[in-house]
Amino acid sequence: MNLTVFALTGAALVGLGVYGLLALPHLLRRVIAFNLTGSGLFLFFGAAGARVGVLDAIPQALIITGIVVALSASALAVGLVVALARSSGKVVLPDEDPSP
Amino acid sequence: MTALVVVVTLPLLAALAVLVLPERARVKLALGSVALGVLAALMLARAVWQDGAVLLTLGGWAPPLGIALRADGLAAALTLMSALVMAAVALAARFEMRTRRVGARAAFGFWPLMLLLWGALNAVYVSRDLFNLYVGIELLSLAAVALVALSGTAQALAAALRYMIFALAGSLLYLAGVVLSYAAHGTLDIGLLGERIPAHSDALALGLMTAGLLAKTALFPFHVWLPTAHAAAPAPASALLSALVPKASFLILIRLWFEAMPDLASPPAILMLAMLGAVAVIWGGILALVQKRLKLIVAYSTVAQLGYLFMVFPLAGGAGSAQPWSAGAWTGAMFHALSHGLAKAAMFLAAGICIAAVGSDRLGDLRGLARQLPMTSFAFALAAITLMGLPPSGGFTAKYLLMTSSFAAGQWPWALLLAGGGLLAAAYLYRPMAALFAREARVTARPIPRVWQAVPLALAALSILLGVLSATPFDLLQIARPEPAAEGL
Repeated sequence: MNLTVFALTGAALVGLGVYGLLALPHLLRRVIAFNLTGSGLFLFFGAAGARVGVLDAIPQALIITGIVVALSASALAVGLVVALARSSGKVVLPDEDPSP
Repeated sequence: MTALVVVVTLPLLAALAVLVLPERARVKLALGSVALGVLAALMLARAVWQDGAVLLTLGGWAPPLGIALRADGLAAALTLMSALVMAAVALAARFEMRTRRVGARAAFGFWPLMLLLWGALNAVYVSRDLFNLYVGIELLSLAAVALVALSGTAQALAAALRYMIFALAGSLLYLAGVVLSYAAHGTLDIGLLGERIPAHSDALALGLMTAGLLAKTALFPFHVWLPTAHAAAPAPASALLSALVPKASFLILIRLWFEAMPDLASPPAILMLAMLGAVAVIWGGILALVQKRLKLIVAYSTVAQLGYLFMVFPLAGGAGSAQPWSAGAWTGAMFHALSHGLAKAAMFLAAGICIAAVGSDRLGDLRGLARQLPMTSFAFALAAITLMGLPPSGGFTAKYLLMTSSFAAGQWPWALLLAGGGLLAAAYLYRPMAALFAREARVTARPIPRVWQAVPLALAALSILLGVLSATPFDLLQIARPEPAAEGL
């Protein structure tokens, strides 16, 4: 029961994130979408680790590592977005620009 | 075992150390650590050659509790190739990534990022744990994206962001597969996964991981980020990005399909991977044919050359009964990864010299440059011989092994593709060569130090030597190779 709730929530988060990654041209929104997808995966991962009643410590360790990796990726991505906005005045990729 | 530890830790420590040093000491330390790294890679290859695969269980904990590092023949060969490419890139960057040439930001940023990229590559080569591999390719992607953005122009930043979107989407797909696989089997070790009891979610897990890794390997149709990103980076960085970075995610694919889950390789899945590779060879070749800038030609050629690697999926094991040696196609694909790495790095470094000499990489501006830069032009030509697959280069050995396997297995369409891809490569590489070796010299080139010019020549010569002395690398690749490599998927 618990696993189903967590898995469904995780799946919903992943779905929202993937939609954002594919459909939103604004780069900052894409960075957030990436984080959303990652959170959904980690949620499912944690639930899968607790499924047998006893707690499996490995998913916890991996989730923490994964969060650190996602954080550094987000930091680099946001840095790049800011640099792009400063040098070109736009926050979308050139070929996805709706107002050329 | 010491060599294995050094290979993984040395680049990471050096990356931290160069951050705090002033420019001259920074370059010296980077060059010193690269020299040490080549030595460690040689010792690792020697240890694997003499005693078989080198295994290291971290902290003495065996999987599934601990994490294992293992260097088999393939990992040792890739480590050595990467160390040689790194050494060449560092030597070229000593001239090219100077403050007065590229600005203080790029001159500072290049060295730690290069070393970080190297550490991540080596970690991926020897990791046996799916999550460890995830961290490895993530570190690799972040370093690679930062290298693309190094010049700081709006164009480079846009290329880096496009690359980043693909890389992040690829990581998430891969991670989703890892999570599913762990939920089903409770282990992340590749060796233990090979002995697992099959579960229903396995196909989905492998599919997700494969899709993610294909995006990172830039196989057609995920190649759209590669040419702009590789052309936007400074030339030494492009050499790393094109020659080494796609090989890491390809190696993980090999580990997954040949070692962790070979039982899942159904004919439609194999055919799809091979077809994507085939389309990449043709489409990348055609696009390379119409480019007007040298770096874009070389970058699109990477798209095409990566396609050959995927011929390993249908052809592995094809020649088992018909030939005196086994694992011909598997070894051929790995030979291709090695020779492409050396030749492509040589080409990008040569392109970097041309840009430094003329200030542009438009083919029209490079006409007749061979008179002023004979060594560089010769290096470009030697690397082109490897990419076309002409004897006696390493590329020829690779294509020969793949082609004989395809005939022995009765799968002749792949042999046609290999021949056609070679013709396309000859066509798209003819244009830059015709420009370089043109009779009239249109431009006056700035003088380039001879040592810098010798660097791509040495790499290109190595890619030819790989074919001339192919017996030793051939035997090295056989050490501890996975069983399906000989029997086929």
